[in-house]
Amino acid sequence: MPEVRHRGRPAAPGFAAGPVIALATAMVVRRAGGDPAAEAAALRAAMSTAAAELAALAAGAADDAAGILGFQIALLEDDALSAPAFAAIANGAPADVAWRDALDEEIAGYRSAEDETFRARAADLCDLRERVLTQLIGGTAGAAVATPIALGSIVAAGDLPPSRFLAIDWRAGGAVLLSEGSRNSHVAMLARARGVPMIVGLGIDPCRLAGEALVDATGGELVLDPAPATRAAFEARRRSHEIGAAAAASRAGEPAVTADGVAVAVQINVAGPDELASLSPAICDGIGLVRTEFLFAGEGLPDEETQYRVYRRLTEWASGKPVTIRTLDAGGDKPIAGLTAVGESNPFLGVRGIRLSLARPEIFAVQLRALARAACHGALRIMLPMVTVPEELEAARALLDTTVAALKAAGVPATRPPIGIMVEVPAAALAIERFDAAFFSIGSNDLTQYVTAAGRDIAAVADLANPLNPAVLRLIRMVAEHGRACGREVSLCGDAGGDPEAVGALLAAGLRSLSVAPAALAATKAAIGQIDLGRRAGSAAGKGR
Amino acid sequence: MTVTETPVIASALLTNEVGLHARPAVKLTQLAKSFAATVELALEPDGPWVDAKSPVRIMRVKAAKGTLLHFRASGSDADAAVGALVDLVARGFDEDAGEGADHA
Repeated sequence: MPEVRHRGRPAAPGFAAGPVIALATAMVVRRAGGDPAAEAAALRAAMSTAAAELAALAAGAADDAAGILGFQIALLEDDALSAPAFAAIANGAPADVAWRDALDEEIAGYRSAEDETFRARAADLCDLRERVLTQLIGGTAGAAVATPIALGSIVAAGDLPPSRFLAIDWRAGGAVLLSEGSRNSHVAMLARARGVPMIVGLGIDPCRLAGEALVDATGGELVLDPAPATRAAFEARRRSHEIGAAAAASRAGEPAVTADGVAVAVQINVAGPDELASLSPAICDGIGLVRTEFLFAGEGLPDEETQYRVYRRLTEWASGKPVTIRTLDAGGDKPIAGLTAVGESNPFLGVRGIRLSLARPEIFAVQLRALARAACHGALRIMLPMVTVPEELEAARALLDTTVAALKAAGVPATRPPIGIMVEVPAAALAIERFDAAFFSIGSNDLTQYVTAAGRDIAAVADLANPLNPAVLRLIRMVAEHGRACGREVSLCGDAGGDPEAVGALLAAGLRSLSVAPAALAATKAAIGQIDLGRRAGSAAGKGR
Repeated sequence: MTVTETPVIASALLTNEVGLHARPAVKLTQLAKSFAATVELALEPDGPWVDAKSPVRIMRVKAAKGTLLHFRASGSDADAAVGALVDLVARGFDEDAGEGADHA
């Protein structure tokens, strides 16, 4: 069977390999309802058994787990939680329906919260809802929920309630794959604390995940039925991760400096403000890439106010450090219904990135307005993806100028942020001096696939799509030298920057700024600390390069 | 407690990173429950007031970091109740910094 790759968000770093077990979701079984008095008694009994179970779990749990279970117990013991259910029962509803509806209502309240940390608490309510329902329905359904989990399993689920996670024995390893989930959920915190690798937001039905899996929860990648070469590369990454993790964690807060004293800026890539909830800006030199596609993932296009609030939150989080926000990079492997072209024979060579934004100025202008307004709150910078010719940069700049002028004329506070470009199309890298951009950021994933003519999404050519191909490194060197000559910052925001094996070659090519996934930050800084650029230059010269 | 007496009122700034939820909410309600007085909490000085002894209701308030929490208590030990709650909030719920603080 050919290997299949899925990407999600890293929620707890680490690596695991093994068979995937998909957790069955609780069966929807209706119990036969009795009269209101009997139903109320049944719910009361189910709640009190659930509370006793939680108390027993908490008694044997570590502090963090006991705190989470204690929170659930406190909610369960609060009459305010069950009052709507008992009211519904008095009006003739069966106990299970009444309880489910009451909890769903409460859960909806949590899910509507603006703050990600509050939203993440919805999982605790779901946990409570299921625990009491299992008691109410009892017997067979309860048994179905409790699928036995073999030691060391890779557990796949939609979301995983904390108590369910705690009931699994993780001492022999394993990992968690969630199609939904959040890195701010209680279960993600438990997983980090216990060193259980976890990927969230995979976006695929857990029942479709089966077979042998490689989980790289540091990079957020899942490979099913891996080819032997993929497995070998995975094992190498796993080893270097294990060696580096302990040493790296202790130095994560310090600035990155090579062994011979060259400072390197390390920024983070984020796909949304939610990822920042548990991070401090002190650990990095700013945000080198904000992927704004997440804003366009829901129903319809995001309005200016929605975008403004998100950009402002990101900018304020950074507390004065630069925040580089990439304008919508749809198309290619990131289609957006109703926006990107349908039926392109090769979407990676089609209307994507800035090409799409310039083709749809009415949508682009909304994003630019939101960015110009948010720029009043910190060091926001705009970055254009997929720029191929200087005219695209100039067209975007003209639109930004018009946008800022219109905002100011209307009395809306706005600032014109610096505008830079991604360097990912070979035509831009080779003629970089033609682009009058405030800064350059090398998108090594796309640059590599375009230079090597090897698709990112085609496993059979994955070995060819190597960012350390000398042709790719030569282009990176050209861009870095141009940046140094004209005093414009050159950074790199592709996956290569977060690959400890690649960092040395990137710094040797002249880069002094990298932007990596938050989970890769510590390992990247540690890798930088191991590099002696002076010695590297000497040995490169010796090879007659 | 009687409804005619003047309630004790005070406020405190919520400074812990993750706001008033989960473990802080449990601590706050447990403390409130240790007093006989009715104790209520609000985000605005004129309400709406919610029962500070109910973790479910406290969670519904969704108070984020930087919010000024208002407390109102009536009853024999109202003074002590408000004082203790303000102190708990001012101490940051005795949470440690770092991720440990948002464990629950």
